Amino acid sequence: MSDELIQRVLKVIATSKRIPLETVSIDGDFQQMGIDSMDAVEILFALENEFDISIPDDEVRNVRNIRQMCEGVEKLVAAKSAGTQAAQ
Amino acid sequence: MRRVAITGIGAISALGRNTAEFAEALREGRSGIGPIESADVSQLRFQNGAEVKGYSHAPYFDDRRADFLDRFAQFAVIAAREAVADAAIQWTPELCETAAIITGSCVGGQSTEDTGFHEVYKLGHSRVHPLTIPKTMANAGASHISIEFGITGPSFTISTACSSAGHAIGQAYWMVRTGITELALTGGSEAPFSFGILKAWEAMRVVSPDTCRPFSKGRRGMILGEGAAMLVLEPLDAALARGARIHAEIVGFGMSADACHITQPSAEGAARAMRAALRDGGLQPEQIGYINAHGTATPANDPTEVAAIRAVFGAHAERLAVSSTKSMHGHALGAAAALECLATILALRDGVLPPTANFNEPDPECDLDVIPNQAREAKVEYALSNSFAFGGLNAVLALRSRG
Repeated sequence: MSDELIQRVLKVIATSKRIPLETVSIDGDFQQMGIDSMDAVEILFALENEFDISIPDDEVRNVRNIRQMCEGVEKLVAAKSAGTQAAQ
Repeated sequence: MRRVAITGIGAISALGRNTAEFAEALREGRSGIGPIESADVSQLRFQNGAEVKGYSHAPYFDDRRADFLDRFAQFAVIAAREAVADAAIQWTPELCETAAIITGSCVGGQSTEDTGFHEVYKLGHSRVHPLTIPKTMANAGASHISIEFGITGPSFTISTACSSAGHAIGQAYWMVRTGITELALTGGSEAPFSFGILKAWEAMRVVSPDTCRPFSKGRRGMILGEGAAMLVLEPLDAALARGARIHAEIVGFGMSADACHITQPSAEGAARAMRAALRDGGLQPEQIGYINAHGTATPANDPTEVAAIRAVFGAHAERLAVSSTKSMHGHALGAAAALECLATILALRDGVLPPTANFNEPDPECDLDVIPNQAREAKVEYALSNSFAFGGLNAVLALRSRG
């Protein structure tokens, strides 16, 4: 995973949750951070806008921490750029 | 305080155009869920809903009258007509002047608003249709019912998301019980199938991509529904005196607020509302035989509701029959509690408990008798109808069979 992608995800979480960026790390766990289901759907919405991706419900069901979230975003971003190249 | 009889019932929903069709579908455990037809779903993550299939205003309203009514208000009037006819009310000037109308609606005529705003925001039109405001207002259902029948008594609309009709029916019940009115028309109506509203539900990630499976391990969320149900409430003595048919009685109403989270349900809040309904009706938990559950089939609602039922009923929970008819008529938001109260009335009247349809696998977190898939013949004297809204505002009705 690129540092750039991780930093963008962390920033989206900090902005959505309105908490300082330095309190959000890749090792963060949603439950420990007090991220509930409504916070989570807001973060997903913001990630979809940030990365111009669509995150299916099935992809998020088992995501419990920020590392899993970054991995999921990386996968969808890669799929999107593969799709764009195929279209070209 | 006076006892309160339900003397008229009416409904339009995904399960049919009237109460008889609604009752038949519930008995057969037949779901009205299918591909959404009244909105473009090509850009949506979910495709299914519980719509009034092939609906057109034509059999119900002439074109000019229909111009003034959003689909949700049309449903309200259609259900009210059936309920009033069913009750065989003899309207007198005095009754028209004192009768009450209390309806529930969550989103009102937002389909009309959606269309109007699309024209100015997207299409760049410089004006919106002048009927946008009167068609959108959530009280339009109550207003058009009053116009339809010339009812000039206390009339208003309650909007508490998915509990709207529960609060409306409960308020109407209390007004008849305490002598504020001699007759109340009450229920709820909703028509939420517009693209903007569907997109907003999609963003909450609570809508199922297939169907609604309350209390099943494989549940994947709710399915939106639409329609209306209306009831006529009268003092029992007056109803008996005029020889009215009595479908059932309402005997208690309880409310509570979770006061914790705007969307996550609370077992404590739900339990408080059930206890309040029992207390209001002077009932012991052991007297209840059936609960029409809120049962949305979201991951969060169902185990929370089961925990609440266990907290209120203790060991008696094992002897309770509990089902969610949302598995058949969908989640009709502000009309949900009205359709479910009607399902409860029919269960008590006909001695047939409606099933939880689409049930495919037991969930240890929802381990009550949920009447999976097959309706059940059972004479029940007392039942509850649960409604727990987003926003944590809860309404529970207690009903009694006529025996």
